[in-house]
Amino acid sequence: MRIMFDEVRSNKLKSWVLMFFFIILIGILGALIGAVYDSLIIGLSLAVAFGLIYSMTSLYSGDRMILKMSGARPVTKQEFPYLFHTIEGLAISAGIPCPKAYVIDDSALNAFATGRDFEHASITVTTGLLKTMNRQELEGVVAHEMSHIKNYDIRFMMLVTVMIGIVTLLSDFLLRSFLWGGGRHRRSSGGGSVGIVLIVLGLMLAILSPFIGKMIQLAISRKREYMADANAVVLTRYPPGLASALKKIAGDPDPLVDKANKASAHLFISTPFRKKTGIMSKLFSTHPPIEDRINRLEEM
Amino acid sequence: MNMFLIGGLAVVAVFALSIVLLYNGLIRLRNQVKNSWAQIDVQLKRRNDLIPNLVETVKGYMKHEKELLENVTKARSAILSAETVEDKADASNMLSSTLKSLFAVSENYPDLKANQNFMQLQEEITGTENKIAYARQHYNDIVMVFNTKIEVFPNNIFAGMLNFSQEALFKATEEEKKNVQVKF
Repeated sequence: MRIMFDEVRSNKLKSWVLMFFFIILIGILGALIGAVYDSLIIGLSLAVAFGLIYSMTSLYSGDRMILKMSGARPVTKQEFPYLFHTIEGLAISAGIPCPKAYVIDDSALNAFATGRDFEHASITVTTGLLKTMNRQELEGVVAHEMSHIKNYDIRFMMLVTVMIGIVTLLSDFLLRSFLWGGGRHRRSSGGGSVGIVLIVLGLMLAILSPFIGKMIQLAISRKREYMADANAVVLTRYPPGLASALKKIAGDPDPLVDKANKASAHLFISTPFRKKTGIMSKLFSTHPPIEDRINRLEEM
Repeated sequence: MNMFLIGGLAVVAVFALSIVLLYNGLIRLRNQVKNSWAQIDVQLKRRNDLIPNLVETVKGYMKHEKELLENVTKARSAILSAETVEDKADASNMLSSTLKSLFAVSENYPDLKANQNFMQLQEEITGTENKIAYARQHYNDIVMVFNTKIEVFPNNIFAGMLNFSQEALFKATEEEKKNVQVKF
């Protein structure tokens, strides 16, 4: 109980810190883009204003953006009574309000949770998962997602998802500005050391920021997946349920969720892309190896 | 002299503060216990509401299982009349096991199994049974935290004075505990 509480606090704090650094990063990017077009101040202030608005929008409607982006649709109890009962039961077990239920019409076996707090949380599963899993297995998967909600992982992960998307877009824009605007700038003012420093700094940022985003994504999701697996077992008291669900997911011949993308990948219970092998893909995978997760569950 | 007075006052203040903190913590926990009990109660009521419907649906098909249906109805009314946590737990476990045998017997009646209404009721009742199990688990977890908190030293001395006493656990049946088998 106590540990859970600390997780919640830490996730809330991390969310605010993330939003703070996001605004600073956007500000710097904006200032650099502004500098290229000869007005640093306008660029900076526009960017900070944009950063503020964007982070508030992310917090309050990031979940809707993510659900829309992933092609999830809300479902009624009549359509999937089985899914509803499972979600309701595990919400009782976790002692939190019942999250909303969504499905993605996709044959891949996957699931994710998102939202900003208990009252605005949702659990999404693919229809493939509903068809393939038995009751214990579905309970395991839903319990894993419920743990993400209970820990407030959902808030932080949602912010990371929507922010990584926009940072990647902006750095791309910055790179392009250097290619086009940079030339004009040199002609008009004759260059100068300040201009060069700006360009070098800008290039570094433009290249580094998606990379930083990727690093954040990696750091947050691997540890969280293990945590959520362990907490899922606290909810169901039945490790074999989730273990056998993960086995089915590992054996899924077509794990690609059509509408998943790089920004939202870390939300899912298992990587929503086709399997790759090799050291690089292991190092940069957003998820811990599924076999390792199964082993840990079987040792419980 | 003054030093002693200040020291003494500090000790009293710390003591009073820790009593206040203990009291508030216990109140918070006891409210959680009450709330999680209410969760169980809601699900028990929900299941009880489904049962007359189930009996009505099943009656036409199961001509030879009169006793079984009577047991279900009896167990249902036992929950309504139960007052304490222990009694409710016993009555609820009784109903769970009679329902389990009812659904087991229903396997012998293909017509019944194909009945749309029956299928819906079975899903509803199974779902509610699961929710009762989860609500029970949540309740027992919180009761455990609460009971431990008032039992440990020195809380046990003050908990009694502040009128806190042990809360009862919602026990599962012996048979249910045995039922968890690991198979792969």
